[in-house]
Order: sequence, then C-alpha cells, then structure tokens
Amino acid sequence: MMLDVQDVSRSFGGLRAVAHVTFGVAEGEIAALIGPNGAGKTTLFSLISGFLHPDSGRIRFDGRDITGLEAHAIAALGLVRTFQITQPFGHLTVCENIAVGAHLRLRSRNAALSHAARIAERVGLGNRLDQPADSLTVAGRKRLELARALATAPRMLLLDEVMAGLNPREIDEIVPIIRAIRDGGVTVLLTEHVMRAVMQLSDRALVLNDGQLIAERAPRDIAQDPRVIEAYLGAGAARRVLEEPAHA
Amino acid sequence: MKTAAAILIVLAALLPMPWLVRSDFWLNFAIMALYYGFLGQSWNILGGFGGQFSFGHAAFFGTGAYTSAVLQLRLGIDPWLCLVLAGVLGGAVGALVGALSFRYGLRGSYFALVTLAFAEVFRILADSVEFTGAGVGLQIPLKQTAANFQFPAKAGFYFVILALTALGLAVAWWLKHSRLGARMVAVRENEDAARALGVDVFRTKVIAIALSGALMGLGGTFYVQYFLYIDPTIAYGPAVSVSALLVPIVGGLGTVFGPLLGAFALQFVNQFAQVAMGDAIGLNLVLYGVILVLMIMYMPNGLFGLAHVSARRLVRRAG
Repeated sequence: MMLDVQDVSRSFGGLRAVAHVTFGVAEGEIAALIGPNGAGKTTLFSLISGFLHPDSGRIRFDGRDITGLEAHAIAALGLVRTFQITQPFGHLTVCENIAVGAHLRLRSRNAALSHAARIAERVGLGNRLDQPADSLTVAGRKRLELARALATAPRMLLLDEVMAGLNPREIDEIVPIIRAIRDGGVTVLLTEHVMRAVMQLSDRALVLNDGQLIAERAPRDIAQDPRVIEAYLGAGAARRVLEEPAHA
Repeated sequence: MKTAAAILIVLAALLPMPWLVRSDFWLNFAIMALYYGFLGQSWNILGGFGGQFSFGHAAFFGTGAYTSAVLQLRLGIDPWLCLVLAGVLGGAVGALVGALSFRYGLRGSYFALVTLAFAEVFRILADSVEFTGAGVGLQIPLKQTAANFQFPAKAGFYFVILALTALGLAVAWWLKHSRLGARMVAVRENEDAARALGVDVFRTKVIAIALSGALMGLGGTFYVQYFLYIDPTIAYGPAVSVSALLVPIVGGLGTVFGPLLGAFALQFVNQFAQVAMGDAIGLNLVLYGVILVLMIMYMPNGLFGLAHVSARRLVRRAG
C-alpha cells in the first residue's frame, strides 16, 4: 500500500469530522474520495497531509508512519496536497509559483525555474509563465495548484477538487493531464464532485458521509449503492430511485 | 544578471563621491543616507522579502551598538573585530526573538507588537545595568586612526558605509536568486501553500530574522563608531525601528534598490523639514508619519515600484 489510513478520527469541539476511517491506496492507483458537502473529505486530506493531526489512528505512507509529522516534512517524503480553495502566491508569476515547488528537490534557482517552465507546459500553462498568479482565471489557478504540486516530484498527490468551478470543456482538458500524471508513476487520491470526471479517471471510489466511510467500490457501481444514494438524497431515497424505472 | 550589473553601476557611481563632494555637510548627508539605506535594507530582508513586519528592529541595532561599545571599552577588543561580533550577536538576538515569536505562530500586528516589546525590554535592561553605562550611556574615547575604526576625515566613514551598502545589496540580490529567497517570498505570499510544497515555514522565518538582525547589528556598530556615543534610547528606542521600516516602505518593499532609493528620498525630506520648520523638535517625525500614511495609501509599491511602472509605460509607448 502506498497510503494506509488506519482507524483515523478527528473531532472539532463536539463535531466528529472524521470517525474511524480506514482505507488504503495502492501504488499507481487513482482513487476518488467522494461524498456530499461536509462529509469530511477536506478534513481527511488535511489529516493525511499533516495540516491537521488526528485524535486517534495511524497513517502510513509507503510503509512509514507519518502520523503527527509536520506538513512540510510529509511533502518532503513525496506526499503532496493541493487546495480546494486555490492558494496562489499572488504577486509572483506563474513560473515563480511553480518554482517554489521545484525547489523542494532542486537547490539552484535556474534549475528550479527551467523545471517549472517544463511543468507549466505539461499542465497547459506554458504560455502564461510570466503572468502574475493573481491574474489567472479559476481554471488557470486550478492548473497552477496542480503544477506546483507536480513540480515537487511527488510520489503521491492528494488533489482536492481540482475540477470544481471548471466548465465541461476545461474538465475535458484536465482529465487527460491527471491520467498522464498517474501514467508517469504518481499515485493519486482525489476528491471530486464532478461525477463524470470521477467515472473517467478513477479505478476505485471511496464514499464518505458524516465523517465515515460508507462504501468502497468501482466508480460505475457506486451510483447503484443504496447507502450512497441515501447519503446524497436522504433516507428512503434509495428505494424510490432503484425501484422506479428510469424516466425517459 | 541585469540586477547584478545595476548594483555594480550604482556602487561605481557612488564610489568617487568623497572626491567630488568637497563640503563636509553634503558628505555627511550622503553618509547618513547610505546608513539609513543600510538599516532599511536590513529590515527589508525580513519585512520586504519575508513579509514579517517588525516594529522592533532596534533590538538588533542596539545589540550591535552595545556589543561594539562594551567590548571596546571594557575588554579592549579591536573595534573592527567588534564589527564582526556585533553582526554575530545581532543575528543571535534575531534568531532568539524569531524562534520565540514564530514558535507560537505570531503574525501580522501581533508579531510587530512582540518585537516592539523585545526592543523595549532591552532598552530598560540597558538603562538599568552597570556594564552598559546605564542611563548615562557609553562614550568611545576619540582616537582617530583607521586601525581604530575612527577616521580623521569623513571620507573614511563614507567608504565603510558604502562597503556595508554593497553587502546589503549583495544579500538582497542573492535572495532574489536563491532557494532561501524564493522560500521567504513564498512564506510572505501564502504560508499554507508554502507548507504544502515542503517549505519549513518556521525555519525559513528564523533564518530571515537572523540574517536581518545580523545586518542591523553591523549598522549599530557603524553608528557607535561614527558618533562615538550610545545610550539606551538611541540604541533600543523606537526611532531606529521606525527609520528602518520607513525607508523600504517608501523605497519599495522586497526590492533590491528600494531601501537605497527610499533612504535618499527621506534624507532630502528630512533636510528640507529641518530648514523649513527650524528647531521645532519632533516636527520632522510628524512629517515622517504623514509620509508613511500617504505612501501606504497611494504608493504601496514605493518609489521603486513607481519608477518601474513608469519605465514600463514609457517602453510601451515607444514600442
């Protein structure tokens, strides 16, 4: 297992944001973490990436216990996250933004900048190198998040809704980029609301609801799972959806 | 490389000043401008590049100044060696203040207030203990030889402060072209994003404040050698802290040349204020305050930013 999450829980005050979650992600896999808003997806990402520390449970990355490590130390091990709400270095150019990621492995400024330019090309930002990150569109910022993470030469990426806010054409552009990243040897765990992308990309879907993992199956089967339907549509919905013939 | 060439050109242009300017008044003017430019550059390392606004850089300046004065007077240590030690101790105090405040995640105005508090604590200590001369201060005996870091002519001091200016510019240039500098700027722009990309935010900030404090300590030594006197208010009072932050804010935060430009501009304003307002004590500080407010409101990128934008417009119009 590349990533091994064992019985992880985290509460905020009286709210159990993540409760006894256990799952693994195999090397070279694209796994999708889905669930309704507030299910605890982003909290779980923060726990794995060291931005938050779990109240209980263990997290292993590539066999190594990373529970309680600082976020920067986890990134240095090769497990890198992106943010759902994009966090650009606003006053820096696209190239300088990506170079910060590249510096994790490269000391030389010139090497980092030229590596950043190559990465920008890969995610389709090649013609925006000298533009301030502030001036990018939502789609551009999402690509920048991806590019910066990619520039750290990660072994595994945690992509937090890299497609939220994108239009269908932009989604169609980013799906093959993510697939190419996996084909380049990077394991991916992503959260996503755009189901079409989840279906196209992921090998396996994990469904989180109220901080608990309620299902884990192939993406195409997930919409048939009664627990998943009820998580999204409410109690009793599964019976109606599954029994009624599809409306034309 | 363009910046490196510009640094060399500026330094080469400033070098012959003592031969061109015959009046001690204007040479003193240039020395003070470069001196404030150097203090501003020190502050700029932490504030401009690292984004951590300190209100207590006097803590490092005063430590440098007292290091020089005390070691010379009490232990008879060579004043040039004192310069080096002042840098080391200034950096050490910087690292200490940084470690304590960044460990607890202090940012923004909280960080500014804590640095101010540190400077004030140092001021009260210097005021109370015997070996710093307490409230009376310390006077360095006059012995004007270059070996003694005292020069019979102002030109000597001019070359020393020019050398320090070169050091400050070199550090700023290096930050623009190094991993450490890139990380400092990343921390300034967005701490969470920096952490996610493997930047050790705490370590980066502590290095930045240590570097900043070391340069500030050198500035303290220069003050002592130039004026041959130091007391707790000069060393650790808020005036130095305000000067150090005003200069880069006026000149251009996080730029290589901003502090130098800001220092010369402010030195002109200061001179003008003294002529226009005469002996009204404190009026020049009022003027400083007004300038600070106006700069932040209307010219957040400082004079250097303004020059940069105008140059670009000119190029565009021509092209």
